[in-house]
Amino acid sequence: MPKITYNTHDNETYTIEVQNGLTVMEGAVQNDIPGIDADCGGGMACATCHVYVKEDWFNKLPKKEDGEEDMLDMAFEPKPYSRLSCQIIVSDDLDGLEVNIPSKQA
Amino acid sequence: MNKTDALIIGAGPTGLFTAHQLKLIGLNCEIIDNLDKIGGQCIELYPDKPIYDIPAVPECTGEELTNNLLNQLKPFDIKFHLNERVDEVKKENDNWLVKTSGGNSFKTPNVIIAGGVGSFEPRKFSPKECEKFENKSLFYSVKNKSVFKGKTVSIFGGGDSALDWAIELSKDSNVNLIHRRDEFRGARATVNKMYELKKAGKINLFTKYQMSNVHGNEKIESIDIKHDNSEIQNLKSDYVLGFFGLIMQLGPIANWGLNLNKKTIEVDTEKFETNQKGIYAVGDICNYPGKLKLILSGFHEGALAARACFKLARPNEKYRFEFTTTSTNLLKRLGKKE
Repeated sequence: MPKITYNTHDNETYTIEVQNGLTVMEGAVQNDIPGIDADCGGGMACATCHVYVKEDWFNKLPKKEDGEEDMLDMAFEPKPYSRLSCQIIVSDDLDGLEVNIPSKQA
Repeated sequence: MNKTDALIIGAGPTGLFTAHQLKLIGLNCEIIDNLDKIGGQCIELYPDKPIYDIPAVPECTGEELTNNLLNQLKPFDIKFHLNERVDEVKKENDNWLVKTSGGNSFKTPNVIIAGGVGSFEPRKFSPKECEKFENKSLFYSVKNKSVFKGKTVSIFGGGDSALDWAIELSKDSNVNLIHRRDEFRGARATVNKMYELKKAGKINLFTKYQMSNVHGNEKIESIDIKHDNSEIQNLKSDYVLGFFGLIMQLGPIANWGLNLNKKTIEVDTEKFETNQKGIYAVGDICNYPGKLKLILSGFHEGALAARACFKLARPNEKYRFEFTTTSTNLLKRLGKKE
């Protein structure tokens, strides 16, 4: 199974195996990784599963769909490598993906 | 003091259908919601997005679902209290005393929390310094636009609210519009109008900038905005407006002595009652083994919680299960029989 690394804002690192087909958000929520709220449950409607993708990974991810950039306008401190983790679907290609979790979601 | 058999917190689909079930079995109820409109997440987050998993409704939008639920409530007289947040829930003998931010108070044996993921509150600026100016010279909504006349107003955001206010206030104020990227998600016509005003020198546009700091003592004097490339600009500003949409916050519910699990409330699956007798939680906000955050689950949970309310609201009567197809009682309540 692909391994995904989540770095929290207080410098804790969690590397976990996430099943193909789940989202990076679900991987975090199901493993109780703090800092990803996902209030709307993955509907791209709340911007509380916001992460900063490691620079070298950003361009390897499938592009954002319509609406994700709009939601990122509302995220807490968005940056150029911001994504909504509910929109990143885990696959073997994403083995080793690393994301940083912002200090807050709202 | 309002007296009611049951008080519902939250006017989303689950709260609305729970009201239907309460009225059908002969109980009265009132509904409180912090938003200024009925519909909850369906209206606030996805009014135009189609939903495909409501039983017997192949496809409908959040707005259509809300309107259908309201239609279903037409036979009943239900009082809504919008723009009010429940701040306090206290026990008094066999009743709960409930107080709202709007100054209303209620006495009821049953409180049903159908609060989704909490109440909607505006998303705020990230720099801490912004807090002390909130509701003085920094706002997340406009209540009285006349205060901005002749002043410099810095507006943040890229959606319709930010654009509409930038256009409106540019008539009588000096307007800075600041957004984190070049694209705006507002309506095309509104975006075009804003660019025209920018060309005419009526709006100063700063894109790829975000709020970095605010300066001032009693009032804001200037703000720092930071470009994607880290360059900082200082803008003289009398007022700041932020339009970043709404976020759901659990808010005061956390202080009511309920068993919480993250942002959800633990309930049993017979009555959907919390650890406090007479307080129920239904819909997205409740949690139990196997919980699904689907609208259809909320309907089921509300129907059962309503039956549980009957026992506390009518302790000397026996609840009898009936079908709307055949029961004269129910058909009378629905206005289908004299």
